Amino acid sequence: MNSFEYSSPATLNEALALLGSQWTDAAPLAGGTDLISLMKDDVFVPKRVVNIKEVKELAGIHKTAHGLRIGATVTFDEIASNPLVRSEYPSLHEAVLGVASPQIRNMGTAAGDLCQRPRCWYYRSGYGLLAMKDGKSLVPNGENRYHAILGAGPAYFVSASSLGPALVALGASIKIASASGSRTVEAGKFFVTPHDENGREIVLQPNELVTEILIPSASGVKNATYEIRQREAIDWPLAAASVALHMKGSTVSEASIVLGHVAPTPWVAAQAAESLKGQSITEESAAKAGDAAVEGAQPLSQNSYKIQLAKVAVKRALLAAAGKSHAAGA
Amino acid sequence: MSDKKESEQVKKSKENFSRRGFLKGVSISGGVLSTGILETEAQAETQAKVEGPGPVPVTLNVNGKTHKLDLEPRTTLCDALRNRLEYTASKRVCDRGTCGACTVIVNGKAVYACTTLAIDAQGKHIETLEGFSTPAHPHAVTKAFVENDAQQCGYCTPGFVVAAKAFLDHNPNPTEADLKNGLGGNLCRCGTYVGVRKAVLQAAKEMKSAKLAKGAVHA
Repeated sequence: MNSFEYSSPATLNEALALLGSQWTDAAPLAGGTDLISLMKDDVFVPKRVVNIKEVKELAGIHKTAHGLRIGATVTFDEIASNPLVRSEYPSLHEAVLGVASPQIRNMGTAAGDLCQRPRCWYYRSGYGLLAMKDGKSLVPNGENRYHAILGAGPAYFVSASSLGPALVALGASIKIASASGSRTVEAGKFFVTPHDENGREIVLQPNELVTEILIPSASGVKNATYEIRQREAIDWPLAAASVALHMKGSTVSEASIVLGHVAPTPWVAAQAAESLKGQSITEESAAKAGDAAVEGAQPLSQNSYKIQLAKVAVKRALLAAAGKSHAAGA
Repeated sequence: MSDKKESEQVKKSKENFSRRGFLKGVSISGGVLSTGILETEAQAETQAKVEGPGPVPVTLNVNGKTHKLDLEPRTTLCDALRNRLEYTASKRVCDRGTCGACTVIVNGKAVYACTTLAIDAQGKHIETLEGFSTPAHPHAVTKAFVENDAQQCGYCTPGFVVAAKAFLDHNPNPTEADLKNGLGGNLCRCGTYVGVRKAVLQAAKEMKSAKLAKGAVHA
């Protein structure tokens, strides 16, 4: 790890003043579960590290008049043990419990989950975010079994965020601050696909911090997340789906289906959600929505298996949201 | 300190009697680096102190003892514990927060010491294996590991024992399924998981009856 200077501000204004105009000027440190590894591997070499865990404005998880507010530095463990999250936001609760391991859930934070860099091994090995060599991406004909099947090119990595799909499905927004003010971005617009090597996978600027996540009330909104992973712990999902269903009696009046780990951003499956309107959730309607969710998928040489996983994730998330368990093996 | 620099330094030295003793020397003297270019600009706008990148005073509370050290901000808690304070139960194995061999307890919660900066652990209660289990007074989890053959090569063992202790502190009545999840942050390449789970279940029982016995004496 290269050396860096360190600061541990107590207020948000102090923290923001310590950031720079370039990414390498300063890196915010919360749980450190991604940042420290990036620095050890020389993938990211900031001149300064700003510990934001002492900043009071960034802490705390509580109910608001409109729903739930999660401070940037709230840990996964704090989110998982929050009673409101357990009762009203099962999709978020599931996503949090799926994160890596107890140690990572004790360390990692909400904003850190949103701002973690892609796990793409080309990126982590120093080939850059788009893994370009001689003007071409190395991914399509390379080792791509964990890469994107939807919305890919020129970026082929998948969004690593565990909370992203659930937040997008729940209609959350992300509050961002800089020294010159603050802005609020819909969770669905927070994640973006970069089109060149200097691009970034989120809309955050180097001089900005995520300060809080605001989730509207999900009272009466049936929601669930289903993740499919190779290992039960210390791993990212191969495919995941978060769903939120507004019901009118036993039929769906409005639905949101968001896939995770299959595209450079959380992937909104709008047509699949539309197809559920007026339907009740059954094995059949859920399976159909799963098929619709992966329409247009373009698998790479090693990852067509992800199409089936994504379909199953959607189906099982829908059935879980509707309070029905999926049949064994289905 | 990066592995590359570390190995270069080790190669250069012809008198490194012990690797750990040598590394201690290096980390004390290795801080002659330029100061940050952002310092002036930052100081004008903020009250927050900017330290480093050279060695800065760091105070760590480990197992109830206060240790004053000079550390570069980049020093991880694992390296500070092992190379400066002789608490070697926290193992540096993957060094990327994905194996659990470095596990320590900070403010009651199990964390990866390899992925925690030492400077960031100031003002917190750091608990290592040495703090609750010694050869003379082994912890119930340590004893149960021995009795259930819960280790082979032993590299992951201290991390497992610390993670298990932290887990049982919060979950005194675990099922085997709880354990699978609760110890999910530690890997064993020898595959001793069955023995580990048996050991931790036994330790949970013993800790509970010890607590009951203690309660009975007081009553």
